[in-house]
Formats: sequence, structure tokens, C-alpha cells
Amino acid sequence: MDKVKKAFSGMSASLLAIVAGLLAGFVILLISNPANAVRGLWTILLGGWNNGMKGMGQVLYYATPIIMTGLSVGFAFKTGMFNIGATGQLMMGGFVSVYVGVTWTFLPGALHWIVALMMGALAGMAWGMIVGLFKALLNVHEVITSIMLNYIALYLINYLIKISYLFDSLKNQSVNVAATAVIPKAGLDQIFFILKGKYHDASSVNAGILIAIGIALLMYVLLNKTTFGFELKAVGYNRHASRYAGISENRAIITSMAIAGGLAGVAGALMYLAPASGMHIHVEEVLAAQGFNGIAVALLGMSSPLGIIFTGLFIAHITVGGAYLQSLRYMKEIIEVIIGLIIYFSAFSLLVRDMILRANKKRRLKAEAQMKPEEES
Amino acid sequence: MSEYIIEMLGITKDFPGIRANDNITLQLRRGEIHALLGENGAGKSTLMSILFGLYQAEKGQIRKDGKQVQVNNPNDANALGIGMVHQHFKLVHNFTVLENIVLGVETTSHGVLKMDQAREKVMSLSKRYGLLIDPDALIEDITVGMQQRVEILKMLYRDNEILIFDEPTAVLTPQEIEELMRIMRGLAQEGKSLLFITHKLAEIMAVADRCTVLRKGRYVGTVDVQDSSPAQLAEMMVGRKVDFNINKQPATPGAPALEVRKLTVDGRGGKKAVDRVSFTVRKGEIVCVAGIDGNGQSELVYALTGLIPSQGDILLNGQPIEKLHIRRRNDLGLSHIPEDRHKHGLVLDYDLQQNLSLKRYYTGQMQRHGFIRFDAVREYARKLIAQYDIRSGQGEDTPVRSMSGGNQQKAIVAREIDIAPEVLIAVQPTRGLDVGAMLYIHEQLVRVRDEGKAVLLISLELDEVFQLADRILVIYEGRMVAEMDAKTATPQELGLYMAGSKKEDRHRG
Repeated sequence: MDKVKKAFSGMSASLLAIVAGLLAGFVILLISNPANAVRGLWTILLGGWNNGMKGMGQVLYYATPIIMTGLSVGFAFKTGMFNIGATGQLMMGGFVSVYVGVTWTFLPGALHWIVALMMGALAGMAWGMIVGLFKALLNVHEVITSIMLNYIALYLINYLIKISYLFDSLKNQSVNVAATAVIPKAGLDQIFFILKGKYHDASSVNAGILIAIGIALLMYVLLNKTTFGFELKAVGYNRHASRYAGISENRAIITSMAIAGGLAGVAGALMYLAPASGMHIHVEEVLAAQGFNGIAVALLGMSSPLGIIFTGLFIAHITVGGAYLQSLRYMKEIIEVIIGLIIYFSAFSLLVRDMILRANKKRRLKAEAQMKPEEES
Repeated sequence: MSEYIIEMLGITKDFPGIRANDNITLQLRRGEIHALLGENGAGKSTLMSILFGLYQAEKGQIRKDGKQVQVNNPNDANALGIGMVHQHFKLVHNFTVLENIVLGVETTSHGVLKMDQAREKVMSLSKRYGLLIDPDALIEDITVGMQQRVEILKMLYRDNEILIFDEPTAVLTPQEIEELMRIMRGLAQEGKSLLFITHKLAEIMAVADRCTVLRKGRYVGTVDVQDSSPAQLAEMMVGRKVDFNINKQPATPGAPALEVRKLTVDGRGGKKAVDRVSFTVRKGEIVCVAGIDGNGQSELVYALTGLIPSQGDILLNGQPIEKLHIRRRNDLGLSHIPEDRHKHGLVLDYDLQQNLSLKRYYTGQMQRHGFIRFDAVREYARKLIAQYDIRSGQGEDTPVRSMSGGNQQKAIVAREIDIAPEVLIAVQPTRGLDVGAMLYIHEQLVRVRDEGKAVLLISLELDEVFQLADRILVIYEGRMVAEMDAKTATPQELGLYMAGSKKEDRHRG
């Protein structure tokens, strides 16, 4: 009973945050084009439904990588680490999976994409583990290392693509992966499509969303049902007490960051193991936004793997909805501002709520401490 | 003129969810030493904070010389001649004694400090009240006792008439306590009025004229100390008759359980926090390490339990453990009631059952193939809760953060004793607890001893040392300076060792 109540109070906080974010977005809609503002808000809220089942499929498609990066950031949070490096881990995972997808054509059909996906996960894992190693062994703060590693990943990949036969110099991007390396559709294109005459106009959704949800469930079990999860959370809550209880803090930090990196790596693999019409790694100087959106997803989802599935879907939903704002003559740039504002205002209002709660608690603790100062340490 | 210099009448103060002071009356006579007695959480500090202007009361009034006054902040209190020596001194460590005394009320001329006048006044006050100080010494270089004298001089320098002492003896050796008592009597004779907050009965009997007792935020009564007895005061404080003596048979020490040889821990600035310490704790005895706070006790315990690295040998039942990981030491039977229960003892965001299983969750009893057996964890928690009478709002599901300090400590004690340790290291196990919880934990420690286990107790409270110890070791500046039989040791002798003014040669072997 209590558990339900607790989960609900967490959820209602997230919902309130989302409402606050939407209101903030509405203000910008009003400012930039007052006449269409209400319809605009409705368009955002409709999300994928603006384009029927195909639109819903697009929501799932956009949700896939940000659920994964949300899991990555949320998992690291549980061990008390702020993984701002999900974007770098994502790109490393994406690059390695594309490399495998292009070159390891000797692998038989079904195995090819699975191996490519796993290699991507391993690459992200290694990239995340570097952060954990620096933190555990040299006490270098994870935010610093992971930000630097983001840029190292970005330029390293640009370099590696340019010098290798992965480079499509005409389009300034990576070449297509082999057809066997593309994430299969798993029949989802038979659900998420619209009919244009007799033509099935299917969405880009693929098995990636199922993989992401499956991994989220796995993370839930890992965190809540196993001794390993018990240790990671204990370290996150109180590393001194964890040490005292004989938990190896360093091991927890390193494995937690490795797993977080692996999750982001999967995000990259799922993004770039795409057909010719899908996403490619562009050789440009921009960090993948999916990595940073993972932070908002994790915050809104209270770092809970199950919550992250829903917040990932929500953010994808309004992102897709935002795309349809163009039909109301909102400019593309302003749409990005609005969607970005909704996402970050939501996450931010959650932070503010936490700050208020914490301030209240502090005041209460202070009052208690005044009553029994002998308990001060 | 009114008989009372300060009166607090009908004071009521609420904090969210708790009434800290409920209609409390305290009347301080001119020139008396008035003790304020109560357990932790009885509301003493709240009441003094109201008098000092840190809090405002919801109801009630404060009178000075019979006239009602408003105390809205510490400056008001100061203007009324109220001064306070806090339990944790408020001194600037890299300033001199003189600078600290005048800090905030400096005499200046055209913006330039004029210290000569101040120095003269301080020295004459020092002489008049017998408060020996060196005005030019840095605070960080002087003893705690002298720091306290500086705090007292700060009040006198501001011509305070009403002097509040908040648990002033907690940090002092027995000799320093006697000195403080002498100073307090002198101040009263000179016409100052003293309020003395404490929970130590012996000190009240020794120095106070009258005593006001609080219990759970309520006023119990005010008595003349002359006509009272420690037993009566204790009963007023606790609300029932208390027998402070626990039933303890003489120890029957067996084989060595914990042997420490030349243990050294590096401290700050090239000093040794623990310096070549050697001792043995045998099965079936309680060995107590006595000493003033900050003389290496914490580092000693951290080294023994593996929280920090050390040099030297540590043997547990003959097996060297100094190189082993904390988990291995625990599994071999080393158990630890830590000094800081919030930092080390508990994961406050975990619930009670998770905390009770903190040292067992990985055992076959509580996990299978890496999956936690939640039923086993719950069952175990219920057993400990019943056996050790741990009280909480929602039983084993209670977030530990919401539990009272006493019950948090009981949970740690239960966890650490129930793993059936070979050696139990208990660091200030009763700090901040009320008399009931304290007695209970003392009994548990004796029970562990009587079951033939070794107990190493680290305590700052001499009462506790004499209550429990079979053998006493004294630590001073990281060295063991004395070893005494608890039956023959006296507080005075112990105090001399604790202050470092007496040393045994313990580095023979």
C-alpha cells in the first residue's frame, strides 16, 4: 500500500513538473504567434496522433535512444554519480556498431545486428568505465572527465570516419550499414503506418523500442531485486556507511559507470544501425542531443527505470508533436526552443521542488538539532 | 528591586510537529548558580536559545529585574547583560586570546585598533576572577580548558551579568572540571548570576544552589540543591526511579581476541594520529580506551576496522587482519558500533530492514544467486526489532531517517551484536541518548562480554568508563599513556593521564 502511495506521489510530482513545462511552452507560443497559440499547444499535446498510427510509431522511434540515455543517466544517479557523458558514450557506441555493421559482413544475417549492437554496448561501456576509473582511483570528479570525454569522442569519431572507408564524402557522413546489420522491424511497421491510397506509409519504428523497454525492465530488476543493486544504491545514498558495511565503493563506482556507459552505447547502436533512409553519423562538430535529453528523461522519471520508459515516451511525444507546429506557421527554430523549454522547464521545476523539500527538511533538522545539540556531530 | 534578575514565565515554543517547550518557568536569582537539568530533547537548549534571542517563544514572557523585556536577537540579549558559553566554542582559531575576547566590541580610535585599553581590562578581569590565560597565545595552541576560560572572559569583557554555561564540562578532564567549578563559585560570589545546563547530577550537587528540572518539554519543578539528593533529581529528570548501577560480575578474561602491535596511523601535517600503539583485548572483558576527544581514538578505530590504512599488526584470534578488506574483517568477527551513526552507521534513506541487513544481505541467508530474499530480510528485521525493542512508526518499513536518535542507535547496536562478533568495537555507543536507552545499551555490552566475547569501548564519558570497563587504557596524542585496572583506578588519576600531565612508559616492548 505504502509503496503504491510513494510511487504515486513521485508520479504526481513529475506530472506537475510537466504541466509547468507546458505552461512555459505556451507562453512562448503566445509570444511568437498569439493567434495560433491554443491550437499550437493542442498540436503539441496530440504529439504523434497528428499523423495517426505513423505518428505514434515515430514517437516510439524517437523515444528509443532517449529512454536508453535516460536509463544511463538514471542508473549512474543511483550510485550518486552524475553521468553528463551519456552523449559521448552514445557516440562511441554508435560508431563501433556502425563499424561492425559495415565491415563484419561475414556474420550470418540475424547475428550481424545483434553482434553490432553488443559491440556498441561494449564500446559505450569502456567509455563510461574510464569516467568511473578516474573517479574511483584518482578522485577526479565525474562531471569533468565525462564532459572532456564527450569532446574526445566527438573528434575521435570524426577523425576515424574520415580516415576509414566508413566515410561517405559526398554526404559528409558515415556510409550505410549492411542490410543484415539494420535493427529489424519486428513487425512493428505493420502496426504503425498510415494508408496513402494503397501505399503503406510506415513509420521508422523498429525493434529498438522493444529492446529499450526490455533493458529498462532488466535494470529495474537489477536495481531493486539483487544484492548488486542494493550495494549500488547504498553507495549512492551514503558511501561512508557503505564502506563501513564492507561494500567496495570503488568497484561500485566503476561498474556503475560502465553499465551506464553501456546503456548509452546501446542508444547509439539503436540510432545508427538504421537503413539507408535512416540516421547516419554526421561528420560535424555537434554533440548528440539524445545524450543530454537523457538527463531530462532521468530527472523527470526520478531515475526509476520504469518511470524513465514513460518520461522517454512523453518527451518523444511532444517532440514529434512539435514537428507538426510548422503547419501552423511556427518557425522550426522557435519550435525547438518551445520543446526544449518544455523539457528543461519540467526537469528544472522538479529540481526546484527537491530544493524546497530539502530546505524544509534542513529547517526541521536544524530545529531538532537545537533541541538536542548533543546529537550534533 | 526584584528578587530575580531574569525570569522566564510560561514559555511555550512549538516546532513543526513537536512542542519543544510547554509552559516552562525559570527564575534566576541574583548571584546564584542555577542548574537546568534534563535529558536530551527535554527542551533545555530551546529554552536557552529563547533567552538568548535565537528563537522567539509563542507564549510567555521574559523579565529582567521584574520588567518585561523583548529579546529578538543575540544583540538584545547582550544588551541585557546575557552571555553564553556554547558547548562548541565560538572562537577564531588563528586569532590570539586577546583578539578573540575583544572581537565584535573592539576599542578603536579613528578606525584604528586600540588594543592597550582592551588588554588592561582583560588582564584585570583575568586576575579578579582567577581566570589564567595568556593573552597573546593563538587559540589553536591552547588547551580546551583555557579556550573555555577565554569564552568566559568574553562574557565578562562585555560586562554580562547573566552567564549561561551550556554543558561546559563535556570536553574537560576531571581536573579541569574542578577548576571550572571553582571559577563558577567565584563568579557567583562576585555577584554574577549563572545558569548551568547539564545532565550530570554530580556536578549539580557540587556547585549549584538551585536546580530546575525539565522533562519532555515540560517543567517538572525547581528544588534547592541542599535539600535534594542525586536520586531525587534523577527521578525528576527521568520520571521514574532509576538504578544507574548495572549488574556486572567481575570479568573472567580468557584468550586474547584482539591483539594490536605497534599500530601507527599517519595524521595531518606529518604528525602521527596513532603512534605505535600496542594492546590486547581478551575474550570476556571490556577494555575501555579513555581520553579527551581528538587524541587519536577515531583514527585508532578506523584503522582497526579497515576504514583507513595503517602500519603495524592487528590480530583477530591470532589471525593477522591488517591487510584485509573491511568485508573480510567483518566476516571474521569484527563488529563496530561507529562513532557517527549518520555518517557510518546507517544509510538514512534505506528503511529499517535494509539497515538491519546491511552486514548480512550478501550471506546465503538473505540472497540466492544474487537475488535478495526479501522474506528473509523482513523476518530477520522483525526478529531484531522485537528482541531489541526498536521502536518506529512503520516497523521494518520505517525510513531510518524518520526514527529517533535512540532507536537509530538501538538498530545499530542490534545489528552489530546480533552478528555474534568475536570482537565488538563500540565507540561512544550512548552519545546523545536518554537514560533509558543508555542503560539498555550498557547492559547489552556487558551481556556480550559475559558471552565470552571481547569488547573494546571508546568513550569520552568518565561515568561510562567506570561503569563498564574491566581494564582502562588512556590515549593521549595518539599514544597509549596508561593502562589501569578499573577496580583500583580513580577519576583523578585517570584525569592526569588524559590531560597528558602524567605518563607511563609503555614502549618497552
